[in-house]
Amino acid sequence: MRFAFTEDQLFFRDAVRDLLDKECGPDVVRGAWPAGPAGAGARSPAARVEAVWSRLADMGALAVALPAVGDGLGLGPLDWVLLAEETGYAALPHPFVETACVAAPLGVAAGRVATDLAGAVVPFAAGADTFLLRRGGELVTVAAAEAQVSPVAAVDGALAAARVQAGTTGGRVVAANEDVERAFDRGVLGTAAQLVGLSQRMLDLTVAYVRERRQFGVPVGSFQAVKHRLADALVHLSFARPAVHRAAWSITHDRPERGRDTSMAKAMASDAAREVGAAALQCHGAIGYTVEYDLHLYLKRSWALAAAWGDAGWHRDRVGHAIGV
Amino acid sequence: MDLTWSSEEDAFRAEARSWLEENLAAWRAAHGGAVASGDTREGFAQHLEWERMLFEDRWAVVSWPEAYGGRDASLWEWLLFEEEYYRAGAPPRVTQNGIFLLAPTVFEFGTPAQRDRILPRMAAAEDLWCQGWSEPNAGSDLASLTSRATRVDAGWVLDGQKTWTTRGAFCTHLFGLFRSDPGSERHRGLTYFLVPLDAEGVTVRGFGRLDGDEGFAEVFLTDVFVPDDAVLGQVDQGWSVAMATTGSERGLTLRSPGRFLATTAKLIDLWREGGGGPARREQVIDGWMRAEAYQLFTLATVTALAEGGSAKGGSIGAESSINKLWWSELDVALHRTALDLLGPESVLDGPWARGHQFALSGPIYAGTNEIQRTIAAERLLGLPR
Repeated sequence: MRFAFTEDQLFFRDAVRDLLDKECGPDVVRGAWPAGPAGAGARSPAARVEAVWSRLADMGALAVALPAVGDGLGLGPLDWVLLAEETGYAALPHPFVETACVAAPLGVAAGRVATDLAGAVVPFAAGADTFLLRRGGELVTVAAAEAQVSPVAAVDGALAAARVQAGTTGGRVVAANEDVERAFDRGVLGTAAQLVGLSQRMLDLTVAYVRERRQFGVPVGSFQAVKHRLADALVHLSFARPAVHRAAWSITHDRPERGRDTSMAKAMASDAAREVGAAALQCHGAIGYTVEYDLHLYLKRSWALAAAWGDAGWHRDRVGHAIGV
Repeated sequence: MDLTWSSEEDAFRAEARSWLEENLAAWRAAHGGAVASGDTREGFAQHLEWERMLFEDRWAVVSWPEAYGGRDASLWEWLLFEEEYYRAGAPPRVTQNGIFLLAPTVFEFGTPAQRDRILPRMAAAEDLWCQGWSEPNAGSDLASLTSRATRVDAGWVLDGQKTWTTRGAFCTHLFGLFRSDPGSERHRGLTYFLVPLDAEGVTVRGFGRLDGDEGFAEVFLTDVFVPDDAVLGQVDQGWSVAMATTGSERGLTLRSPGRFLATTAKLIDLWREGGGGPARREQVIDGWMRAEAYQLFTLATVTALAEGGSAKGGSIGAESSINKLWWSELDVALHRTALDLLGPESVLDGPWARGHQFALSGPIYAGTNEIQRTIAAERLLGLPR
């Protein structure tokens, strides 16, 4: 029994964390939003947004789970779950989960991947190179040029979401039967990990804010009502995180409880993100309710991801079936 | 990461399981299949028999050194034992305040002579310890306590009143804090004392808890002489000595995950017997997930303790606050769900109703959850005092 990550896994996480800290600040996330009032606040040019993706590729973060030929490391969820958490913390405006966690293990290395496994509204579809789509009991890859992509305006402007349609023939079959479920579970896990990262980001932002912001002559973070709200947020986050890490282990070892554990992770991470997000917004007061301030970038991503890949209710139901309730 | 048990740990679990099964049946049979609550006079005596059975076969204090009646079990084995203990439906430990709260403090601060005098008799359930922290005017604000210790030849004289003392009316000894420096305030000038309840000047009055059992007591001390070796740790340093104990109480030693996993299993059985619609189903699933998450959180904590080489890491101390928030609110939720499933039957004075009333004490004892939230916010999040 050892419920902890290896030195190597933590080391890689730290490297990705440092990279995203430098290269994917809120200005970069905002740079991925459409211009206009909704994208107000400091924003980076498109080139910087693109650069983050290349830098992640350069350091090998996108090829962790690619089969171990060529650039691939052939590693599993325990090796990428912490990276997914970091991409959540940064609200990375690129399809890390879809590309590195879902498609790569299927041997798909064709640029940015978006997939309808996440739901009918496909995140990061607008800039995808390749689509990974359900067709019957199989997953097929379709080049972006061969699909019909209808962009939609999502609340999270950096989500670059679209509805995607492709023909009933063509494309390449990359998974069938149980492997489709495995791919789905990897996406669920990656998304749950991102929600944990997003929750951590929102909590960190809020803690920093309430320590600084003064009312009645004292920092608002000294008020018990604020303390207790944020303590509850911390509790939610602290107990969702191990559920996510356990699911990474269950998928890595293809345990019989894989589906149950993955769904538990997503249900808890989605619930935690909702609780933490609500506390973050409330404890910020009016400043949090603007688009100039950074909180909304993370809050809106957390809403999107909580609803994608099955929401908390859907996954709770799946857990229920698994435990005979 | 490896979330499987070794073959040695599996063997340990199997040994515990079969011992518990056999001996629980024997104990219950000896009482005609109807054991009373451990918080009643009659039930307490019955539970002591059970405690002595545990001790005889070295299951009373598995994590203690063999010299004091334990098995030198690792924290992992201790967790497994707890899981099996509650899975088997074994009763609450009436010795818990000694073995889980006082003992870690004695191991850490006791002199060799104190350890030899106190621990074996505690393990054997010969000395029965209750906790003397709270006073009528010092609950959450423990540092405002006024019970005092006055220096005399070769010892101390204790005066004051302690209350909410769990099973105090049935115990033989009390551990508690007294103000030893009359000029001191708050956390300073307190000393940790070990007091026999049969000492001259001690009066114990039991009274009913919410469920009506005589599980509470108040303890009056008037001119009670105790010798020098009744002091645990340094004179006037009682606060830091006591904090080691409250850390255990809030942390995993008092309320291991096994307890809530067992309650959850019973809740799922209850659901299967009667069902209860989609809203109730969500509550049951949620309860299962929260209990499971507590288990996972604990596995991570124990891994950190095992690899950090110390059970006293600073961060573990404050983390015990979120731990306590989680299990105490989980316990309430599980029982509330059970009552919802029982519907009109829930008014009957049965095991779920009893369990519910006990669960309601969780957010209050061991430092109220309001205090825990404040600790978590200040020490883990770094919010200003």
